[in-house]
Amino acid sequence: MDKEIKAHVQQLLKQDKRLDGRKLDQYREPVKVEYGIAKTAEGSAKVQIGETVVTAGIKLSIEKPYPDTPDQGGIMVNVELLPLSNPKFETGPPSINAIELSRVIDRGIREAKAIDIKNLCIEKGEKAWTVSIDICPINAAGNLFDAAGLAALAALKDAKFPKYENDEIDYKTRTTKKLALSQEPLPVTIIKIGDKFLVDPTLQEEKAIDARLTVATTPDGTVSALQKGGDEPLTIAEVDEMVKIALEKGKFLREKL
Amino acid sequence: MSKLLIKEKEIVVPGEALAEGMDYLPGTGTYRLNDKIIAKRLGLVNISGRAIKLVPLSGRYLPKFGDKIIAKVTDITMNGWIVNINTAYSAFISMRDATSSFIKKGDDLTKYFDIGDYLRAKVVNVTSQRLVDLTMKEPGLNKLRGGRIIKINPQKVPRIIGKEGSMVSLIKKKTNCNIVVGQNGLVWISSENFDNELIAEKAVRKIEQEAHLGGLTDVIEKFLDKLMGGKK
Repeated sequence: MDKEIKAHVQQLLKQDKRLDGRKLDQYREPVKVEYGIAKTAEGSAKVQIGETVVTAGIKLSIEKPYPDTPDQGGIMVNVELLPLSNPKFETGPPSINAIELSRVIDRGIREAKAIDIKNLCIEKGEKAWTVSIDICPINAAGNLFDAAGLAALAALKDAKFPKYENDEIDYKTRTTKKLALSQEPLPVTIIKIGDKFLVDPTLQEEKAIDARLTVATTPDGTVSALQKGGDEPLTIAEVDEMVKIALEKGKFLREKL
Repeated sequence: MSKLLIKEKEIVVPGEALAEGMDYLPGTGTYRLNDKIIAKRLGLVNISGRAIKLVPLSGRYLPKFGDKIIAKVTDITMNGWIVNINTAYSAFISMRDATSSFIKKGDDLTKYFDIGDYLRAKVVNVTSQRLVDLTMKEPGLNKLRGGRIIKINPQKVPRIIGKEGSMVSLIKKKTNCNIVVGQNGLVWISSENFDNELIAEKAVRKIEQEAHLGGLTDVIEKFLDKLMGGKK
């Protein structure tokens, strides 16, 4: 499938050129973050990278903690690939891509310990806050990983607790208490085509991917999560190189928050 | 007494009355209701004599006999290829219409066209059930190798081509690219020089965006001169 476009992308990369004329490590313009787009969510954000648009919403609810972690709240990440965002997406149970995307975002936030889940506990073994992060692409035009990761982080930063009194949550009244974030993890996806590394692939470039690595990093340069995709293997030197690019590009994306 | 309710080149919405009285005739994109002419689509009004026509601003491609289009192979059957032609219905190229070379019995059809290939073809038949038959047995109809395919609004295709191909040949001349414009809104651009390919794509996008404006050829000529700079 798509042999011609793949050959074309590969041939251009030999001259360090991309289909849309960008540099290899350049993101599409504009990179935009908009906060508070949904009034019914506790926190929400819309992120645009080039033509790709992704929204994320945070919902806070009170659940019974899991029996093995009675003093901890929970984090849930769910991605729904809406059919309106790309003709390739179908309705029905989440596809393998949606599951991978949600798990990569989840791991980045969870393993960086961005949300202190012990703080979310209200009553040990009985009640704790659960943070649900829902991500929906509005237009999936490539590089959903970075856009979704940025949207999730922006929405988390926007989130405020609802009023909680006498065992009841009043979602209509928001308090000024913010959801405390101890870290701000941000995923950056680096793709490998031939022997070249590039960021922010378009849909056409995604068809020509040999390997990809999503690196979630925190501002101090800690790598909190990795996810490898694609058919080709990566050497240790290549992973090092990709992490370096991810740290640099993470800084760039962080400025947009 | 007949009366026009709108001006030439005005944008109208579906259901809007364009003219009153029987002196005016409904053209494409309009219909008559009692003594009024009503718009069927969102578009620009074009008044030529007594006929009122509507040039739609957007919409899907509808296959028409004789159109030269760009098709993408989606499936291979026993006797031909099923292709996507950027419309609601899929089209079919039979083996005998696809190539002039002899295809042996039981031959592997992917040798000729594989899934994902782009082809330049002509519509030879559209049935009442909207089954579309294509042919490639004509000079200039072949598989498109290399280059890039871009998708544009099918209603803007006439502007990309220009009067008797003036616009597309202007881009070809200035950027030294091979360009094929399919009536179904797919455009193929290929060049030895990658930068020129990019400039040609930008020009096509600009035409698509400013298709409703007049004097476009001059604007595009200046645009191309600026982007091409001193290089040839």
